[in-house]
Amino acid sequence: MSSITASPSQKRKSPALDERVGKKSALSILLGRPEIGALVGAIALFVFFAVVAPVFLAPASLATVLYGASTIGIMAVGVSLLMIGGEFDLSTGVAVISSALSASMISWYFGLNVWVGIALALVVSLLIGFINGIILIKTKLPSFIVTLASFLMLTGLNLGLTRAIGGSVSSPSIADIEGFQSAKAVFASSVNIAGIDVKITVFIWIAMVIIASWILLRTKIGNWIFAVGGDEKAARAVGVPVVRTKIGLFMAVGFCGWVLGMHNLFAFDSVQSGEGIGNEFLYIIAAVIGGCLLTGGYGSAIGGAIGAFIFGMANKGIVYAEWNPDWFKFFLGLMLLLATVVNIVVKKRAESSK
Amino acid sequence: MGKPIWRKLAITLAIIPALGLAACSSTGGRAPEPESNAGGGAVAATDRIKIAVITHAAPGDTFWDILRKGAEEASAKDNVELQYLSDPDGGRQSQLIEQAIDQGVDGIAVTLAKPDAMAGALGKAADAGIPIVSLNAGEARFKDLGAFAHFGSNEQLAGQAAGEKLKEAGIKKPICVIQEQGHVGLEARCAGVKKIVPDTEILYVQGTDMTQVESTATAKLQADKQADAIIGLGAPITMTLLKAKATAKSEVEVASFDMNSQLVEEITKGNVMFTVDQQPWLQGYMAVDALWQNNRGGFTIGGGQATLTGPAVVDKAVAEQITSFAQEGVR
Repeated sequence: MSSITASPSQKRKSPALDERVGKKSALSILLGRPEIGALVGAIALFVFFAVVAPVFLAPASLATVLYGASTIGIMAVGVSLLMIGGEFDLSTGVAVISSALSASMISWYFGLNVWVGIALALVVSLLIGFINGIILIKTKLPSFIVTLASFLMLTGLNLGLTRAIGGSVSSPSIADIEGFQSAKAVFASSVNIAGIDVKITVFIWIAMVIIASWILLRTKIGNWIFAVGGDEKAARAVGVPVVRTKIGLFMAVGFCGWVLGMHNLFAFDSVQSGEGIGNEFLYIIAAVIGGCLLTGGYGSAIGGAIGAFIFGMANKGIVYAEWNPDWFKFFLGLMLLLATVVNIVVKKRAESSK
Repeated sequence: MGKPIWRKLAITLAIIPALGLAACSSTGGRAPEPESNAGGGAVAATDRIKIAVITHAAPGDTFWDILRKGAEEASAKDNVELQYLSDPDGGRQSQLIEQAIDQGVDGIAVTLAKPDAMAGALGKAADAGIPIVSLNAGEARFKDLGAFAHFGSNEQLAGQAAGEKLKEAGIKKPICVIQEQGHVGLEARCAGVKKIVPDTEILYVQGTDMTQVESTATAKLQADKQADAIIGLGAPITMTLLKAKATAKSEVEVASFDMNSQLVEEITKGNVMFTVDQQPWLQGYMAVDALWQNNRGGFTIGGGQATLTGPAVVDKAVAEQITSFAQEGVR
C-alpha cells in the first residue's frame, strides 16, 4: 500500500534487507492477510456468545450455527472470487432458486430421473453465469447494472415459469421421483460425528473453500483473478485472458448457486418461487466482512468463509441468548458493523506495522 | 471471447436430450392432465363485465394462489373478465387501483392490509361509481373506505382458535414463528394464541430463505427445552419447522396456520396437530361473486358486516375428508 512513500526505517536499512524481498516474520505474514480482521471479529463474537449463552457451546448448537453459516458460505466462496476479480453479482440470491426450480420442474414435468434434472440445472446455472459475463464484456456496462437486470429477469422467470408449468407458485414435491433419495444423500443429508448430526452442506462448504483458496493462491488462474481485479488494462497488457477469466468467475458463481440450489430443493422437497430475494446482499456482506474490497484485486476465499461464519453466529447467537426478538435486526446490523470496523482497524494496523 | 466456450456449450446442449431419453422415472412426477371443469359448466347469461382483484400478495406465496383460483372459478361461472393484480408495497397497490379505474372496470375487490394507503384511490373509485368489496384483510375499515362487503377471516380470532386447540391438548409454552417481522396480520395471530396460552413465545425467522428458517428454528428448539409446541404461520413454513424439529431431535408438537396439500398430508399422518384455515379460495370466490351479484341486481351481502371465511380448524378428522381438494389446490 505505502510502497511509494519510503518510511524512515526503510532508509536506515541496507539494500540487502529490502523489505519487499526480505523474509517476514510469521506474525507479520499473518497480520498482512486480508481475512485477519474478520478472524479477530469472529473470535470476539464467539467468546461473547459463549459467555452470554452457554448453550451456544453445546456441540449440537455449534452444528446448527455451522449449518446456518454454510448456506451463506457456499455462495460466499464464488462471490468472494468474483469480487477479487473486480465484479459483483446481484442475481445470486434468485439464481439459487432458479437452479432449484429448474431441477425440480424438469424432473417433474417430463417424469425424468431426478439426476437428469440436477444435471440440467447445472447447465442452467452455468448458463446464467455465462450470460451475465458475456453481457458484461460485450456491453462494458458495470456489473451492478448487468446483474441487477438479470436479478429482475430471473425473479420474473422464476415466478412466471413455475406458475405456467406447475400451476402453482411453489414447485410440486418431487420426493417420490426416482433418484430423489440418492440426491438427498448427496446434497441434503447429515453426517453423524460423535453423536452430533452435522449437515452435509458444512463439509461441502469447507471443501469448496479449500479448493477456491488453492486456485487463488497456487494456480495461474488465481493470479489472473487478482490481476483482472487489480487493474484490468494492465492485466490485459501482460497477457492475462481478461474475458475468459471474468466469464469464468461468473460461471463459478453460477456453480456455487447450483450447489446451494440443490441443497434447498432436496432439503425441502419443493421450492417456493419467490424465495431467495435479498440473499445476494448476505453473500456480498460475508465477502466484505471477510476482507474482500468492493473495488477488487484484494481478498481471500477463506475470508468469505469467516464472514459467513460471523453471520451464522450473530444470526443464531441472538436466538440462543433468548434476547427480545423485537431487537433482532438491530443487533444483527450492529454486530455486522462492529465486525467490519474491527476488520478495518486491524488491517490498517497490520499494514502500518509492516 | 474464444470459440471453444461456444462449441463446448453447443455440444453439452446437444448431449442433454440423449441423456433424458435413458433416464425416465417410473415413479412420481406430473400426473396426466385431469379433465378441466373450469368453464365447462353453464356460464351466467349476464353481459360480460370486468372485475379487478387487487391484493397485497408478495410474489410466490402459495396462499395467494388458492385465493386467485377461487376468484378465477367465480369469474368463469359469472361471465366475468378477471384482472388479478398484486403488489406488496402499499403505495404501488393503490396505483394499481387507480389503473383499474382508468381502465373502466365494473368492480374492484381489494385487500386492505394497508387501509390508509388505499383510501385516496378507493375514494376516486367511489366517485367514479365503481362498486368495491374488500377481502382477506380490512375487516375494521372496509365500511369507511367505501366497500359494501368484506370477506375474510379475523386474524385475532384465528389465533385464539389455535390457542384453544393447543390448550385442549395441554400445551403450556408454544413458540409462535413469525416469518415476516412487523406484519400486522401475523403478529395478530400470535397475539391471539398468546391471549389463550399466556406463555407463548415469538420467534422471528426470514421467510424468504428456508435454510435460514430451518437453522433458526433448530437453534431455538435447542436453546429452549421448556417449549412444548411450535407453530408455523404459513404452510411452507410449517413444513420446514418439521425438518427443524427432526434436526434438533425435539419432541415438540407442531401446529400451523393456512394450508397446502403437503400440510394436509402431514396432518392426516399425525405429524402436525392441526391447522387454522381461513379458506382463501372462498375469499376470492365470494369477492368476485358479490360484485357480480351487485351488478346483477344491486344486491349487497353481509348486511354491512364482514362475512367471515374462517377460522376453520382442520385436524386429523377434517384433513382426511379434504385431502383431494387440497391436492386440487382449492383448500
